Parts: sequence; C-alpha cells; structure tokens
Amino acid sequence: MQIFHRSTNTISRATIYGAVFLVGVLLWAVLELQRSPYITYAKVARPQPVPFSHQHHVGGLGIDCRYCHTSVENSSFAGIPPTKTCMNCHSQIWLGAPLLEPVRESFRSGKSLVWTRANDLPDFVYFDHSIHINKGVGCNTCHGPVDRMPLMFNYASLQMEWCLDCHRDPAKNLRPRDQVFNMRYEQPSNDKPLMLDGKLYTDQLSLGTDLVKKYNLRTVTDITSCSTCHR
Amino acid sequence: MDARHSRAKTLMEEENKKPHREEVCPGKKDKLDLKAVSAQIAATKGPEYWRSLEELAGTPEFQEMLHREFPKGASEWLDAVSRRGFLKLMGASLAMAGMTACTKQPMEPIVPYVRQPEEVIPGRPLFFASAFTLSGYATPIMVESHLYRPTKIEGNDQHPASLGGTDVFTQASLLEMYDPDRSQTITYLGDVRTWGGFLDAIRGPLNAQKAVQGAGIRILTRTVSSPALADQLRSVLKLYPQAKWHVYEPVNRENVLEGAKLAFGQPVETLYKLENADVIVSLDADFLCAGFPGNTRYIRDFAKRRNPDAGNMSRLYVVESTPSSTGVKADHRLPLRAIDVEVFARDLQRHWEAKGDVIALTGPGSDAAWAYKHEYMEMVSSVAKDLKAHSGSSIIIVGDHQPPVVHALAHAINQALGNVGKTVFYTDPVDANPINQTESIKDLVAEMRAGKVDMLFIIGGNPAYDAPVDLGFADALKTTNIPMRVHLGLYQDETAELCQWHLNEAHYLESWGDIRAYDGTVSIVQPLIAPLYSGKSAYELTAFLAGQAEASGHEVVQGYWKKQHPGADFDAFWRKSLHDGWIAGTTFTPKSINPKTANFPPSTASDAKSIEINFRRDPSVYDGCFSNNGWLQELPKPMSKMTWDNPVFIGPAMAARMGLKTEDLVTLELNGKKVTAPIWIQAGHPDNSITVFLGYGRRRAGRAGTGAGFDMYPLRSSATPWFTTGVNIAKAGGTYKLATTQGYQTMDTPVGARPQVRTASVDEYRKEPEFAKDEEPPKELTLYKPYPYEKEAYVWGMAIDLDACVGCNNCIVACQAENNIPVVGKEQVVIGRHMHWLRVDTYYQGDRDNPKAYFQPVPCQQCENAPCEVVCPVGATVHSTEGLNDMVYNRCVGTRYCSNNCPYKVRRFNFLLFQDWETPQYKMMRNPDVTVRSRGVMEKCTYCVQRITQHRIDSEREDRKIQDSELQTACQQSCPANAIVFGNINDPNSQVSKLKGVPRNYGLLADLNTRPRTTYLAEIRNPNSELQS
Repeated sequence: MQIFHRSTNTISRATIYGAVFLVGVLLWAVLELQRSPYITYAKVARPQPVPFSHQHHVGGLGIDCRYCHTSVENSSFAGIPPTKTCMNCHSQIWLGAPLLEPVRESFRSGKSLVWTRANDLPDFVYFDHSIHINKGVGCNTCHGPVDRMPLMFNYASLQMEWCLDCHRDPAKNLRPRDQVFNMRYEQPSNDKPLMLDGKLYTDQLSLGTDLVKKYNLRTVTDITSCSTCHR
Repeated sequence: MDARHSRAKTLMEEENKKPHREEVCPGKKDKLDLKAVSAQIAATKGPEYWRSLEELAGTPEFQEMLHREFPKGASEWLDAVSRRGFLKLMGASLAMAGMTACTKQPMEPIVPYVRQPEEVIPGRPLFFASAFTLSGYATPIMVESHLYRPTKIEGNDQHPASLGGTDVFTQASLLEMYDPDRSQTITYLGDVRTWGGFLDAIRGPLNAQKAVQGAGIRILTRTVSSPALADQLRSVLKLYPQAKWHVYEPVNRENVLEGAKLAFGQPVETLYKLENADVIVSLDADFLCAGFPGNTRYIRDFAKRRNPDAGNMSRLYVVESTPSSTGVKADHRLPLRAIDVEVFARDLQRHWEAKGDVIALTGPGSDAAWAYKHEYMEMVSSVAKDLKAHSGSSIIIVGDHQPPVVHALAHAINQALGNVGKTVFYTDPVDANPINQTESIKDLVAEMRAGKVDMLFIIGGNPAYDAPVDLGFADALKTTNIPMRVHLGLYQDETAELCQWHLNEAHYLESWGDIRAYDGTVSIVQPLIAPLYSGKSAYELTAFLAGQAEASGHEVVQGYWKKQHPGADFDAFWRKSLHDGWIAGTTFTPKSINPKTANFPPSTASDAKSIEINFRRDPSVYDGCFSNNGWLQELPKPMSKMTWDNPVFIGPAMAARMGLKTEDLVTLELNGKKVTAPIWIQAGHPDNSITVFLGYGRRRAGRAGTGAGFDMYPLRSSATPWFTTGVNIAKAGGTYKLATTQGYQTMDTPVGARPQVRTASVDEYRKEPEFAKDEEPPKELTLYKPYPYEKEAYVWGMAIDLDACVGCNNCIVACQAENNIPVVGKEQVVIGRHMHWLRVDTYYQGDRDNPKAYFQPVPCQQCENAPCEVVCPVGATVHSTEGLNDMVYNRCVGTRYCSNNCPYKVRRFNFLLFQDWETPQYKMMRNPDVTVRSRGVMEKCTYCVQRITQHRIDSEREDRKIQDSELQTACQQSCPANAIVFGNINDPNSQVSKLKGVPRNYGLLADLNTRPRTTYLAEIRNPNSELQS
C-alpha cells in the first residue's frame, strides 16, 4: 500500500535540492552583508560637528590636499588639520556663518573639534600614507572623487580583500608621482595618452609596469607578506 | 615584630589552606630536596650545564618540564568554573566564532590640535634628551614621545656615561610615571588639599621660624647630586641659618666616601677605565649590575675587552659574598663571606708588598675545615702575581657595602700598582652633600626625640619604611608630635601615612631638573609631559622654602644655570644643552691625590663559627622604591630567576647541613628582631652566610608591591647596614610558594647532544676556533620549500655575543616597553604563564658550591625552516620574504600547536586577558606602532618588525637602502654591552654578517635543521693558567 502520495517524490527532491540552494543563498547573503555598506560604512557619510565640504574646498576652490593634510607625504598618518588651519581663511571670510560656530568656538576656547573618522582601519592594521604617495598611488585611487563629495565618506570598503586587490597587482593603479594629488587624473588611453620620460603611454598596463620598475616597488610576494601591514 | 611574624604566619596558613597545585595537577614540580638531589647526583652523572638544581639531579619532575611546552598547570582551567561548564561555553563560542568577522567597527573620534606645535608630525615620534636618576647618579636617556606622551626610553648614545645603554630601572621608570597607584593629590590628614592651601598653611609657621633663624626646620632628602637643587637647599639654609639638611637613603655609598676619607682625607669619587684594564679584581663589587654608579658605561667597556676576536682579553677575578652577574662573568670566582673580604684584601696587599717572596697568608679565620682554604690561598697568590705583571693596567674595585677600610686598602694597592691615572681616576664626589648618611639620620631622630624639630620636610624617600631599625624613625615620627610634617613623594607610602601633609611629587618625566652622571657631567632633566596629577617637584618645594614665592621648576633650573653661564649666548647654550642631553664642560677633571698611608687599622674580626647575614639591594626593586613597578617585579632576577619575591639566599652546603629545602620558611633572628621568610638555595653562595634582599614586604606600595615578599629592614641596624654575623636561623615550619622561572622553558637536548651554551678558554679557542659549531644537516635535507633569500634586498638576522652579555636583564624590560607586553602577576608566573618575549637563561656548570655560570638571552630564533608554521591550522604564523617568522594576531585562534612545536619554547600565549584595557594611564603608555594583544592569542618576538617597517618606508622614500647603523631592535638599542646585534645578513659588510662569520658563531639546536636566524657567539673565558684546575 502506498502511504505517500506520488507527488511526495517531487516534493522531497525539491526539498533536498532546495535546502542546498537555501544554504547557498544564506551563505551568499552573509558574505554580501559582510561587504555591504551596513558593515563597511562605504559611501555612508558620518555625522560630523561641522558639515565640511570637500567638494567646495577641493573641487570649487582648488585647495591642494596637502594644505590641510600636511603630514601625508612623510608620516603614516595624513593628518587632520588643526582648528588654526580653518581659521587661516575663516578669520577673514564667512565670519558670521552659523555653521562655522563650532570652529570659532574651538579656536576661542582652545578645545579641539571632535570629528568622526571616515576612513577607519582596524587597530591591527598599520597603513602608511607616505609610502603609498611616494610610490605613485593617487589620493583618489583609495579615497575616491573627494572633490565631488559634499560630505566625507569612505569610498572603498577598506577590507583586506580590497587592499590585496592592489597589493597583488599594483601596476593597474600607479601613476606618475606628480599626478598623485590630481583629483581629476585619468589613466592613459588612446584618446588621452600620457608622456613620461620621453615615452608615450596609451594604456595603464604599460605605464604601471614601467612605474613599478621606476619607483622600485617591492615584489608582490614582498608586499603581500603579513608583516607588511600587521605587527 | 610580632605583627610581622604573624603576617608571615597568616600568609603561610592561607597558603596551606589553598588547594595546592600539586594536588590539583599531580606531577607538578616538587620542592627541592637537597639530600635526594645529592644522592641522585652521586648515583648518576648529571648534565654538564644546568639551569636549576633539579635539572642537575635529573629529577622526574624536571624531565616532565622538559617535555612540556608549558609547565603543568599552565593550560589547565583551575578556576571556579567547572570544566564541563567551560566546555559548554566554548562550544557556544565556537559556534559563534564564524560570526566574529561580521562585527561592525564602532565609530571612532579623531581629535586634531587647535594650534598644532611646529615640530609635531602626527604618526611620527619625537625624541627628547633627559636623564634618569638613581641614588643621585644620572643615566642619560633619549625619550621617545608620541604626540607628547613618552612611550619608550632609550640610552643617550652621544653621552659618555650611557653610549646608548640603559639599565632595568631606567627602562622601567616609564611604567612608574604611568602608574595609576601614584599619589594623585595633595592631602592634609587624608583630606584633599590644593598646592595653594599648602602654601597658605606653611607660610605662618615658616615666618615664625624666621625669628629663631629656622632652628626648628629640618629637611630630609635622598642623595642630592643636582647642582640646582643643592643650591636651592643651601639658600634655604642661608635664609634659616639654624635649619639643617639631612640626607638618607638606604642604599647609600657612605662606605665609599668614608674609605676615600680614610685614604685621602677627603671624599672623592673613584672612576674606572675598564677598557684599559688587563686584570680586574672585584672585591665583592657587583659593578656590572644596575645600581652600581656608571654601570652602563662600565659594562660597555668591560664587554669591549672580552672579545677574543678583537685583541687581548682582560681577565676578571671576583671575590664575592653574594652570587651576582659580575661573579658569573668572572674568569675566577671565589665565594667568600663579606666579612672575610677584608682579610682577602689584606692578604693581597701583604703578598703584593712581599715582592714575590712567599709569605704565610692569614686566610679567613683559622678554620681548618673551611672547604675553600686551598682555593683561597691559590687565588691570593695568583691574583697578586697577575696584578704585579699588569702594573698600570689593572684595577681593584671594591663593593659599596664593604667597610671603609677595604676601600682604603684598594686605593693604596691601586696607587702602588701605578693604576691611578691610567685605569683608576679620582674626581670630586658626585654627591653634592657627601656626609655620612647614617649619622645624618641618627642625628635627625635624636633631635626629633629631643623635641627640637618643629617643621620636618621629607623630600622624596620613604624613611618610615627603610631607615635603620634601631633608630625607630617611624616610631619617632608617630610619637614626637612634630607640629608640621611634610612628605613629598610619588606614592602615599609608609612615610606619607605618618605625615600630616603629603604632597604628590611630579615624576622625573614630568618635571624640570638637573643631575650629574657618575663622571660629573650634568644633564638637564626635561619634562616629557605635563604632570599627570599636577604634582610638584623638589625644586618647586625648595624654591618656596627659599623664599622665591612660587617659582616653577623650569625657572629654578634655568635660573641656576643662567648664573653659571652668564652672557648673551645663554639661549644658545641652554638649547644646546637640552638638545645634547648634557651641559658641556661640566665633566669633573681627574684629581691627582695620593693615599696618606697604606696601613689601615682592621675594622672587623672574622668569626668563622657564626653565621653571617648580608643585606643587598634587590636587583629588581632596588631599595623598595620600585616596589609597585610590575615590569620590575616580574623580571626574573639574574641569578635565581625569581619574580615577585625576595627569598633568603643560602648556599647548597649550608642548606644540606641544616636540612633546609627551597621554599621552606625560616625565622631569622638578629639582635632580638625576627623575620620569617622562605629560603632559596643559591648555587655558589658562600657557606655559613646568608643574603637577604631589601625592598620587599611593603605595606603601602600599591597594587603590585603591597604584600609582595618579605620586609628585611627590621633586621638592618645603623651599625651594620650591609653585613654582620650572629644571625640565628630556625625552621619556622611550613613552606611558601615562590614564583621562579628558572627551569621553565627548558630546551630539550637529546642525550649526547651539545649543550645550548658553549664555552672554551681563550687558549682552547685559539687552538680550535670552530669548536662551537655543530655539524649542520645539509641545506637540501628538508621537506620545507626552499626560498631564494639571496635575491632579497634585506634578510634579517641577529647575533648574540654570549661573551659580552652580562645578564643585566635590560633587554627584557626594553622589549616589554617596546612591544606592549603585559604583566601577569605572581600566581600566573607560578604556573608558567609569564609573557616575556625574551628570556635570559642562566646556565650553571660544575661544583654546586662554586659553579661557573653563563647567561644566554633567548628571543624567537626566527628559524628559516620554522617548525611552528607548518602546524598552524589557520596560517597565523607564516614566513615573510625577508625571513621573518611573522605572527598575525588577528588570525590566531589559540590552538597553541605552534608553541607545542617550538623547540626553543619562545612562544608565549595569552591564557587570560593579561592586558589592562581599562586603565586610562596605560592606554597613554603603549607603543602605538604595536598591536595590543587580547586573550587567546599567541605572541612572540618579531625582531621589532614595527621598527623594520618604519625604516624600510623611510629609506624607500629617500630612494636608498637601510643603513646598517640606523635600524636597531629594542633589545639591541639599549643593551649596555652591545651583546645583541641585528641587521641584514645579505649585506656582507653589515655588523651582523661579520659576527656570523666569526668562527665561534653557532646556532641553537642547529642539528634539528631549523636554520635559526638568531645565532650565538660562544663564550670565551680567559682563565689564569696557574689557577686552572
């Protein structure tokens, strides 16, 4: 006697394969969540005491990165400008702007502004700005089009796979040192070739490969050793 | 006395009540039973080199330790949670473990300056020259400062008194500054007060004193060698002519000064040039140990002359009463009771003066049964002969605790040998007020009792704890009702308790000052940080007393030097002095003086029958002032590897005679005072003599120091502060658990294999230079994938010269400070969970009663074929291309397979959350360039990879290679002996490559084919052929 209906066969098959599928989907969901802005804060503006606009200051006024981030070329830390740097201009312009009151208050009272770190690496990762700048990694390669960000956010996920993506093949991101702070830099193409050391480049790969040699980059095995970033 | 006795007893009972670890973990090492040990030694032939007496005997307990990665008990869960409960928790956490990667990072604030100082580059440290002070002698230092927080202390390599080296106290003074138990406020009878309130309160009484010319004012300081502070104190005395300045500290040098007075009629400082000496004779002088003035420089000079590959080696004879690191380095060592050292000195003098004729020696006492009579006689005649052969290039150094007459004798012999002006120099004393300190405090107590004191200012120091017991200083302070007792100190200690006013002192890293090094050179002490608790320095207090209203320390110190250096260029002079770390032209010039006589009346009569007791400063906590310093408390002491305690040292022969075992409690009785403490059988300790160490048993030290160890000051009287005979030893019954790391982390050497420490005499070395080398297995004979290191720009390696190492422990503390290594506490050390990345093994060899000994620092060996890496299931320890054995904390899941597979036992595991993540002071102290590890993570020496990375980045930015001299590991940088050399072994011209090319270079357990990157230079001794037996 048949206890189960015929359709049970189909249902059970569907359930078994479905379960495998479901586990897969769940796993995928977890991995996606792990990479999502919910976890990484990528492209999420964080609360700040003053709604400082990089778009206005960099894109609009053309202030160089290093005017504020003074130690970016010779320290691991790029530097957050002291209140004094803001007041260099804002003691002359936008004197009464209510948005700038926290800045003026900080300057008057001598109490620091407390910003929220936008690009925040875990504490066991030791990133160094100076060496990346020196080897021809542009600011916007990691930080994105800062000159078009009204409010600051981290452009990339800042996860290890993202770091390794470049450390495993730095040639695809390198640019001449004098272009590092250029926010509107474009990689060489047939339309926009790039001239360097008397050689014309029309694609990133050949430029990058030459720059790896020119700037004495360590080998990929060297820069993917654990102690490069962890200590 | 009874209170102390009962305290020890309660401790004992508590100890007995606790479930003993031996019960919980059967097999845990037993207490040392000497009889059994002797029997076993007689029956079997023990190892040639041994670290503990248990090892010598080859007890089963030792065998078990050898085969375990951590001692039994380290990996067991012994707390209240049941094993089952623990497993449940673990199961749950394992299930959740996969989710840990999904944690969201919290938002982090970022706080810039308002006005950024010009010289600060965030992310890069600044270095400031300053000086650390111990008993009036400066160690010149460079302090690393991250955003104006001092994080690491290095030696000032430009300063002749340091040459880059430091000692353990200097290194650990950083932790002292951040100590959360430091006194944080001014108090009056326990209530919080302000500095202004204090000044208001003393203004009236001070004015009243003016009428009587300050007859009631007494100031008690520790040794003052600061020119500005001495000037301040003298101007106080000028303002109040009847006031008095007393000086006392328990570890003082009055014997040295009295000895100089005896010989020359004036107090002088004696300086030695060890690099010019071919023969050095130490009469109970531990001149290679922290605390001996000038020790960092002396170690450097001594080590320079101990290198057989660079010319003639010097020879060191040591006659000593307490086994010390200087004795370890001796070519010939004679254990002698302290009281007999004078006899030795006289015999030496007589023998020397006999101009080669054989004379009858007196020897210590006339005890025919004395086991070392023969050695004694031989030693005297050989030393005398050797000295004569090296007139003008020899030195006799006398220990600070030897009576004045021995110092005077040494001056006479040094003079007669023509050493003065060549290897021995005399200068003005560094001490600004070179008075007899014991007499000084005696006078003070007498006047306190006579009611002559109205205002007592105790500036630094803790006399209520450490003054001679017969004076009853604490009692006098308590009962004499001095109307105004003021204590300025770093801690609310035993003295602060007995004073109405306590002023919290500013640490030397927080205040201005000046101080002389052993050669007289003045260093300016500059603050690295504003006082954490608004403390005041001695300069500021004395400025007020001297009537200078409220002068800051800066004004006082700068003002004084402006007087010394008037002129328009003062600013340049001041800036240069601050920058360099010393004031040019302040070094004392050697004096030419002659001893008045060579005959001095004997001071002590040796009594061979009665037992001698020696009082010594502790190698870790000094006189008790560093009691609350966890780094120092947990530092294994050079000879016993003891931590957190000060057991009574007793020789093996004497212990066997008295039927005593290590950890047995004994009661010491001297002049009617009793102290109960455990004993420690120390190989090489002279017979019929014991040594006790000062600085423990503090009642009010803080979280680390309070209650640790046993207070020995109750036995120490003003008449015999360093040694005396007539102590009574009685078994008190019961035992006391000691936390020693001796015997832990012992490397398992197969039967018949070479010992880990290899030595030869210089003659043997010349004959067979490659004696230390093992036959290494061929490079190809391995399953490890070979890596072409030869093509790398840098391949890191280290060479440790055992010849130079004097076992001072400086490297351990330097490593601890640099790498954020936690302190674990006594309980955890007992079960072998201490965290030091670097250990210094002490190996003994030969006769238990007078063994030879050797030091061997062991960090991670950074094996090329690293056994730890292949067993890690998560790839948390892997090789870098430069040959570093990287440890990746964030990958580590704590399986401990790696440490289980490490033949050198150098990996340390965070069994518990040893790091203090909460205390705000510690957060400021940590090195921001090194990860702070959490529970369940393995850690080990990284060759200071943070320093390598920083220098690599800097050099690449400048398009050059890392220079050999610029990159140093923390242990190397402040090593006073230059024993540790680190560098690029791919560069044939680097110092490390050259050392590795020396024939006596060998690798530890090299026959395992681990190919260690750290190698050792075998120790070469230079024995006198006459004495070789």
